[in-house]
Amino acid sequence: MEALAMHISNGIINGPVAAVFAVIALAAMAYCVMRGRQDLDDRLAPMAGLVAAFIFAVQMLNFPIFSAGVSGHLLGGALAAMLVGPWVGALCVAVVLVVQALVFGDGGVAMLGLNITNMAVIGIAVAYLLIALLLRVLPRTPAGLAATAFVSALVSVVVAAMGFVLQYQLGGTTDLGGNLAGLAGTMAVSHLFIGIGEGLITATTVVTVAKVRPDLVYALRALKPAAPVTVPTVGGVR
Amino acid sequence: MGAGHAHVLYRASDSPVHRLPPEVKIAAMVAFTIAVVATPREALWAFGAYALLVAAVAALARVNARWLLLRSTIELPFVLFAFALPFLGAGERVDVAGLHLSVDGLYGAWNIIAKGTLGVWASLLLAATTSTRDLIVGLDRLRCPQILTQIATFMLRYLDVLVGEARRMRVARISRGDDPRFVWQLRGFAAGIGALFLRAFERGERVYLAMLSRGYTGRMPTVWQGTAAATTGQWLIAATVPVLAGTVAATAAVLT
Repeated sequence: MEALAMHISNGIINGPVAAVFAVIALAAMAYCVMRGRQDLDDRLAPMAGLVAAFIFAVQMLNFPIFSAGVSGHLLGGALAAMLVGPWVGALCVAVVLVVQALVFGDGGVAMLGLNITNMAVIGIAVAYLLIALLLRVLPRTPAGLAATAFVSALVSVVVAAMGFVLQYQLGGTTDLGGNLAGLAGTMAVSHLFIGIGEGLITATTVVTVAKVRPDLVYALRALKPAAPVTVPTVGGVR
Repeated sequence: MGAGHAHVLYRASDSPVHRLPPEVKIAAMVAFTIAVVATPREALWAFGAYALLVAAVAALARVNARWLLLRSTIELPFVLFAFALPFLGAGERVDVAGLHLSVDGLYGAWNIIAKGTLGVWASLLLAATTSTRDLIVGLDRLRCPQILTQIATFMLRYLDVLVGEARRMRVARISRGDDPRFVWQLRGFAAGIGALFLRAFERGERVYLAMLSRGYTGRMPTVWQGTAAATTGQWLIAATVPVLAGTVAATAAVLT
């Protein structure tokens, strides 16, 4: 696994700002733990693990943006929000970030608050709001579902990248002066491309899962709560 | 893929650092990193002291320097960012070797490289001396909510399921006449990503149900835990590193 993945590392953002975001992230995660406990049933527990593993693998794909020396990668927030819901989804992304920081040195431990706020809180929130909105507006067809997944993934990636720009403006250790707009521009454009890739992956995955096992897609479950679900033939049958 | 399956960064050995309970190592590593980040960047000597601390722990854990340096390449993207800073930074400028550089940017670059590298080294040392299984036990003992340790447990196990399933699908494609070479195999991979996810899920679900039927309640049984919970003595031993780092950070803050 010779991967080059990197989140905000130690020393990019100053201590006080990192501390403030750590508090924000901690509060958000505590709320997600409370809400997520109600969601996590026998079907969601293995799914949450797999979504986290999938995100972990996908975040290893890294795209260096040489013009500014910043790099970006797929986030997987929309996929998580779609398949396991916003609360457990945010926890999945947070777990990925914590494990990466602790054992891979990917993203500074002291910067975890910033990374969790960007990817687990902002990314998931934006993705889920869009999913909830688009699923109501778009037709209930595979194409509609694919469009929902694509758009929510694309937008959430770009917005999460802007979270970094905002944090850099608040507490970047080096004053870039007028170049901050340049950083914002580079981040936006590059993450637009990453977002397209992420959107395609999210859409294919979600549509395939929805076709074969619609009961596994949290976003679809939330729409029709009373739908009688046939007992899945689990265990020795498959 | 058995229960003892360790992650790629784990270096099996039997050193004093390996024997420390995981929760102690996690706490020490986090405290050390915070001390490093809190150090003013102008105190160059402090970072030298931290590097010595890391070297001492590495020697104690019998992790060789070459491995540590090789694995540090993970932070390359941010090192590139650091190299751009002296050119992009605002404010006062100096001329170094004919280049017109920003002083603030130079300090910024140093800041990122020094703190980033020390952070990566600390995590790598934790990873090299703690198996994934112990890591989760450690998080659990540090009162991490159970839902999080549960997701983490499944994540680390399903990572292997995912990789195994991807390998099987690749073999299946090849045996049906696909000729994966370099970039072209990406197309076949992308087309099958949904199927990969579903197959991995169904395999993972079977594993999960098997676990449930054998009495799994969301927490791994105690026999799973390699080491006993940390004693006060072990906490004190592990505390030496962050305490030394904290002293260096405090001195640096007073001096600058």
